[in-house]
Amino acid sequence: MNLNELSILSLYSAMAVYALAFIAYSIDLAKRSSAVSAADVAGTASAGTATTAVAGGNTTTLTRISARIANDAATPYGRSASLRVGVSLTVLAWALHLVAAVLRGIAAERVPWANMYEFAMTGTLLIVTVYLIVLTRTDLRFLGTFVIGLILILLGIGALQYYVEVAPLPPALQSVWLVIHVFVASLGTGFFALGFALSFVQLLQSRREERVGGVKPGGLKFLSTLPSAFTLENLSYRVNIIGFILWTFTLMAGSVWAERAWGRYWGWDTKEVWTFIIWVIYAGYIHARATRGWRGSRSAWLAIIGFAAVMFNFGIVNVFFKGLHAYSGL
Amino acid sequence: MSRPSDHIDSAPAPDQGGVTQPKLGFAGTLRWFWRQLTSMRTALFLLLLLAIAAVPGSLVPQRSSDPNGVTQYFTDNPDLAPILDKIQAFDVYSSAWFSSIYLLLFISLIGCVIPRTKHHLQALRAKPPKTPARLARLAGFTSRTAPAGTDAATAVATARTVLKQGRYRVALFEGPGEFSVSAERGYLRETGNLVFHSALVGLLVVVGFGSGFGFSGQRVLVEGQTFVNTLLAYDSFNPGRFFNDTELDPYKLTLDDFEVSYETQNLEAFGQPVDFTAGVTVTPRGGDAAPGAVRVNDPLRTGGTSVYLLGNGYAPTITVRDPEGTVVFTDSVPFLPQDANLTSLGIVKVPDGLADQVGLVGFFYPTQDETTTGSYYSSFPDLEYPVLTLNVYSGDLGINDGVPTSVYALDTDHMEPLATRTSDIQPLELKPGDTQALPNGLGTVTFENATPDAAEGDYSGSVPRFASFDIHHDPTQGWVLLFASLVLGGLLTSLFVPRRRLWVKAVERADGSVQLEYAGLARGEDPGLESAVTALADRHAALLERSAPKDAVPVGNPGEPA
Repeated sequence: MNLNELSILSLYSAMAVYALAFIAYSIDLAKRSSAVSAADVAGTASAGTATTAVAGGNTTTLTRISARIANDAATPYGRSASLRVGVSLTVLAWALHLVAAVLRGIAAERVPWANMYEFAMTGTLLIVTVYLIVLTRTDLRFLGTFVIGLILILLGIGALQYYVEVAPLPPALQSVWLVIHVFVASLGTGFFALGFALSFVQLLQSRREERVGGVKPGGLKFLSTLPSAFTLENLSYRVNIIGFILWTFTLMAGSVWAERAWGRYWGWDTKEVWTFIIWVIYAGYIHARATRGWRGSRSAWLAIIGFAAVMFNFGIVNVFFKGLHAYSGL
Repeated sequence: MSRPSDHIDSAPAPDQGGVTQPKLGFAGTLRWFWRQLTSMRTALFLLLLLAIAAVPGSLVPQRSSDPNGVTQYFTDNPDLAPILDKIQAFDVYSSAWFSSIYLLLFISLIGCVIPRTKHHLQALRAKPPKTPARLARLAGFTSRTAPAGTDAATAVATARTVLKQGRYRVALFEGPGEFSVSAERGYLRETGNLVFHSALVGLLVVVGFGSGFGFSGQRVLVEGQTFVNTLLAYDSFNPGRFFNDTELDPYKLTLDDFEVSYETQNLEAFGQPVDFTAGVTVTPRGGDAAPGAVRVNDPLRTGGTSVYLLGNGYAPTITVRDPEGTVVFTDSVPFLPQDANLTSLGIVKVPDGLADQVGLVGFFYPTQDETTTGSYYSSFPDLEYPVLTLNVYSGDLGINDGVPTSVYALDTDHMEPLATRTSDIQPLELKPGDTQALPNGLGTVTFENATPDAAEGDYSGSVPRFASFDIHHDPTQGWVLLFASLVLGGLLTSLFVPRRRLWVKAVERADGSVQLEYAGLARGEDPGLESAVTALADRHAALLERSAPKDAVPVGNPGEPA
């Protein structure tokens, strides 16, 4: 068994473990829903508590602002075994995923991101890496279902549709900018992916918040154990601006490489066009957050459209559009 | 902050419902229009419109990046293409509608940046504002009791030192029974924001006008040939609007050899090129010759130009003689590669010296192989078993009228096929060094072997290669890089430097103790504000503790409500 076969084995194992992690996260969401139902039953007896706290005035307002995210949820939600299992499995799967990427790189004697299969592998690895790093700072474990679900879809498509054997780099890709430009683009995608997941949950949450106080709360019950739409929006913004900066750098590094390779730094090649479009959408997102009337759900939609464009740029433009960014083996 | 009125940090416009507004005059209308144009909502709208307007350029081939694709599109969609052409769909990025969107966007941007710059310059010289009367309403409000024996003025002086060390700009205020320090930091956030937007304007200007000062040109060189950087030496030349030919620096560039290596170990990528290197000699005007190399991803910078390796292929040397044996044509003819294994197509035109004008359409196979149907193809891009086949036509080459024709195409409409796959005589087939008679006793044709002394069966050097070079000159590239770097730097500071105000207030209470109050105000996104206030309070308390009289017992605990 050669290194590339080991890499494939490791990648498939990672996908299997991700699938298990996905199940664990889903069980957690289900448990959250039942915890909410239970709290509703218990809550009817002492419906006054929440109102009293709000009525507390100044102090309560201050606690709310400075509160950690876990306290921000409408229904507090305690420790969860399935959530811990989910995170542990994610770390395990991430390690296998990392091994797969490293082995592929060693087998090919270069960085493992020179064709679509390898982008899918390394790009998803970076999404999980960003997610795990952010987890150490903020409790976003509730996003596991969304993030790992996305990873499973992307890895599935990458491994089944785009697989190619190890091949040497064609002269056009032999450049230090392959290492920098593509890596930073993938890393930026990792942040955008997380921002997308947060914005998506934010939209669900703000719909729930609008319904609360109405006659029929209904909808996805687990949402009330998650942070408020306001907090989710702030988190999403912070993640997305990091993505935006990385994307700006991707554009610049790409231009420098384009100058060296094609003799012009910008030429409206289809991939350049889409990279530009994505940049403009996220620039719009950042402006929307600073525009009265656009904060909240509207800017969240822009973040979602932005990430859709990133996926389009990767999955559709690379494959179906004619351009200079043609990749070997596909 | 002198932001547009619909910026989230601006005060909401007063509600004017019910009030009859005075009629706007001409100037008023202009001012209204200007305010609309420079509002956040318009900027956002234009940004999103720009993103949408850029899409069609990726769906339809563009003249700037894919001229052949445009030609093909016209052939494939003869009805639709002219309509699309009318709305400039093949020149999206220089079209009137795309340009008007980004120009409006940039006018809106400039209209926003100028007042903000003015305001920011004032803010840079201004003192931090007066401490608000009620800090409790502000973010991160913390109240503590100072160690016993500390007086209010000293406590605030210490706070001032702490804040100054934290690179805050500070101002002291004094009221009846209370002292306070007001501090502000993060002016760099706004500076970065302004630099970011101004650099974008700079980028647009440089990109818009800068390209007019350069040129790009193409030249094909066969191994051994030399090119002198003058206008006439180019196969094609596209000068910018403001470029003057006399600016060309006439250096000499010789293609000594062209090295290609192919993958032969990995069967998955067998025959894939691994490296292209054009070995060249550059002789500057009045200077000494120096060796150089042009590779993919590694252009040669010389004489104010950048030389890029654009393409390569084989250039078989073909000699045509008349029946007496006099040479009427001899040249290394660049053959255009048709596939990955370099099956190549080339044209030879012999206008004079033979009984008729003769045109040859040649196919070159570096490693010739045969399909089951008998047609030839190349199975490997290197010279393993090179074969040249020539279709021979005679008649009118169509070049007598002086109309320029492509050297890479032969119009056979007015010519008689003498040796083709469909005529009685099959195409001529030659290996390096072979000579064959042309039909009708027109003469002979020779496929020259560049290395006639090589061992039997070694064809590795038998056919010269050509390289096509792209030669560019763009004097504004450095400016583009500079502005792009400013964009990135401005972006980093404007998004990550927190702009915030902090206040420390010391109030003397009736019992002689001193109450300390801390609070902050975010100006723009500032997720770390709360912890900054707490950190300030902690550090301040620690300093006061150290300098407090030793015998005194501290009154109260941190965090205890006053």
